Amino acid sequence: MLKHITSLSMAALVSLTFLGNAQAASDAIELKSGHWKHGGIFGTYDRAAAQRGLQVYREVCAGCHGLALVAFRTLTDLGFSGEEVKAIAAQSDFLDGPDASGDMFERPGKPSDRFPSPFANEQSARASNGGAYPPDLSLITKARASGDDYVYSLLTGYGEAPEDIQMAEGMNYNAYFPGHQIAMPAPLSADAVEYSDGTPATVDQMAHDVTVFLTWAAEPKMEQRKNIGLKVILFLLVLAGIFYAVKRKVWSDLH
Amino acid sequence: MTTTTPVGEDGVKRRDFLYVAAGGLGAVGTAAAIWPFISQMNPSADVLALSTTEVDLDGIEVGSEITAVWQGKPVFVRHRTEEDIERAEDVVLADLRDPQPDADRVIKPEWLIMVGICTHLGCVPLKGQGDFGGWFCPCHGSHYDTSGRIRKGPAPSNLVIPPYEFLNDTNIKIG
Amino acid sequence: MSFEPKNAAVKWVEDRLPITGMLHHALYEYPTPKNLSYWWTFGSLAGVMLVVQIVTGIVLAMHYTPHVDMAFTSVEHIMRDVNFGWLLRYMHANGASMFFIVVYLHIFRGLYYGSYKAPRELLWWLGLVIFLLMMATAFMGYVLPWGQMSFWGATVITNLFSAIPVVGDSIVSWLWGGFSVGNPTLNRFFSLHYLLPFVIVGVVILHIWSLHTSGSNNPTGLDIKDKQDSIPFHPYYTVKDLFGLAIFLIFFSVFLFYAPNYMGHPDNYIPANPLVTPAHIVPEWYFLPFYAILRAVPDKLGGVLLMFGAIAVLFALPWLDKSRIRSARFRPIYKQLFWVFVADCVLLTYIGGKPPEGDFILWGRIATIYYFVHILILLPLVGLFEKPKPLPASISEDVLAKKPAAEETANA
Repeated sequence: MLKHITSLSMAALVSLTFLGNAQAASDAIELKSGHWKHGGIFGTYDRAAAQRGLQVYREVCAGCHGLALVAFRTLTDLGFSGEEVKAIAAQSDFLDGPDASGDMFERPGKPSDRFPSPFANEQSARASNGGAYPPDLSLITKARASGDDYVYSLLTGYGEAPEDIQMAEGMNYNAYFPGHQIAMPAPLSADAVEYSDGTPATVDQMAHDVTVFLTWAAEPKMEQRKNIGLKVILFLLVLAGIFYAVKRKVWSDLH
Repeated sequence: MTTTTPVGEDGVKRRDFLYVAAGGLGAVGTAAAIWPFISQMNPSADVLALSTTEVDLDGIEVGSEITAVWQGKPVFVRHRTEEDIERAEDVVLADLRDPQPDADRVIKPEWLIMVGICTHLGCVPLKGQGDFGGWFCPCHGSHYDTSGRIRKGPAPSNLVIPPYEFLNDTNIKIG
Repeated sequence: MSFEPKNAAVKWVEDRLPITGMLHHALYEYPTPKNLSYWWTFGSLAGVMLVVQIVTGIVLAMHYTPHVDMAFTSVEHIMRDVNFGWLLRYMHANGASMFFIVVYLHIFRGLYYGSYKAPRELLWWLGLVIFLLMMATAFMGYVLPWGQMSFWGATVITNLFSAIPVVGDSIVSWLWGGFSVGNPTLNRFFSLHYLLPFVIVGVVILHIWSLHTSGSNNPTGLDIKDKQDSIPFHPYYTVKDLFGLAIFLIFFSVFLFYAPNYMGHPDNYIPANPLVTPAHIVPEWYFLPFYAILRAVPDKLGGVLLMFGAIAVLFALPWLDKSRIRSARFRPIYKQLFWVFVADCVLLTYIGGKPPEGDFILWGRIATIYYFVHILILLPLVGLFEKPKPLPASISEDVLAKKPAAEETANA
């Protein structure tokens, strides 16, 4: 019996480990690890970091990058109060309407609105950014392999290009960007924001914080998922144990 | 098998316990697994977030009415005339199917705000029609008065007053 | 063995529609070989996964919008706003992989124990039809989230048909409903993705019907000879399968709750963009061996034909395998070839996930050639020349002979 379970799980494990490797990019650059609190089985989002990350996003990233899938109301997950969320939402204006006379009008944002996008469409985004398209960041950490490490590495990966790399016009060297030539200039510089909790706003700190925020934005249900998962798996372990006992009992008749 | 199988009464008990435990746990697990499939049909977070509507009363002339949308339903916002209000207040409550004084149905007498859905089977009544100067539902012929109360026809109760508050003199928040 | 209902209402129905008796026969009294190992659990696990996919799929369809402008955001609406939407979607996405895992194990079990051999040829064929339908369903389902991999996967796979001479291009634009993959394509894929699982259910019923007609194969490959050899399906195999299910659900849950995107591709979280192709297009893992075969051939039509041929040859297996006995347990040479074949399929999967460059091309070709050599040449020859080990007289004799050994393992 044990032998069977072992061989089954071995087979499954081998095949899956293997599959993971099969799909991993072959020329991956080794990323820096952010040592995230949200990693692991019990990991949860670092609320303070995510709140600071929101500030970095709003003051630094939001000029070019949208966050169109994230609603202001969900910010309460990060520990903001209902009033704070209202205030954050109200800082953006939204086109609404039509009103009674058929005209569109601008109104302050409400918690039910989603983060505004800085450009009306991809074409206008490209036109304003020298042909490059600043992607929406709602899912950025899920849309890249090891997304949190990638974003963190990218934001801290700017520097002088090594001599053997011929930089194209208007491009910036980044150690972690595929091909090392990225259109986005280094977005973070020391003290680009002023944190209200007194945390020193180093580039590394801001990159870390905004990555936590974006990871939450991409996978807001992660904590619920892990929490339910733990209960489900513990339950299934007990269930499997009992089913195994029942199976032994039923089959003992045969012998 | 080298494990000694319990015999006699003990054996029966152990077996029964196992079967009951397995069946019970299986049932609990199944029920828990079904819940998400039921719950997913409830209003989602984005729908719940839109559960209030603000209406600007400025510009609604005396005697006229607009229809606002609240939670996907029409809400009649009527600026009642003096005559409308008098008619609504002069009714003998005992004559009503669903007795309710007009004062209980308004915050400010000149503004009547109610869900524009017939309490019979959910059609939208027409304004300014019917025998009582209020609304008339074309589906099955329910007549409502100037306070939105049912006066004649199959509907069992008055048009529903949604929860609302005056944010200031000219703005209300429904919900 | 006829079924006599005790309950009057059941009897009333039974007299008019003998469905309870049919289920009773199929799930209760069905005489099953007493020596089935846990490798026989994967059939019922596949059935469970089909139900899981249908049920989660139906509820997801309540929230999904099959339109190019809204498909991607409606999936994110499910992930973010719908109650337990993230759970349902991850169940469905990972469920597809789980379904393929159990079906692949089920197929390899059949290959090892010769379950495709007479009189189970039709049973084998129906299984292959289910497999083909699963691939079509999975492919179209993967298009629905309308991410980059969805779009480009759809483009690449539908373009396979353009390899057909003369009418290829017409067929492709017929599949698309346009001049490229677009809204009509998404709409029809959604419609078919909803339909095909129910077709699979129909073929599964035929598959089980055929199974119950010829009876289950077993690790000895021997037929049931007398009552000693068989036991009723219930309670013996129902409890065994339930235990297997619980273990499998733990495995499923680990992915579902702790690595829900492990088997997906990050690019599918980028909305579809018809103007930009991702750097490295790979299908989902369960298509990789076939993808490797497709790319092993430097000719467009040849690659497509060989890829479909890889499945077509499986239909001929019952006649290609010349062995008089079924189970690899008694076939020393075939047993080794079987594991080499498994390794070859694993290698093809690996190659399928790698870019077609350098050594991968050569290895892809070697693995592809071996795949066909195994089925078309080695299998018939081994069947003719191999000297099998002595067979036990019956299933029950085999069980008795193995018992002391089994007890030792239990004591250890």
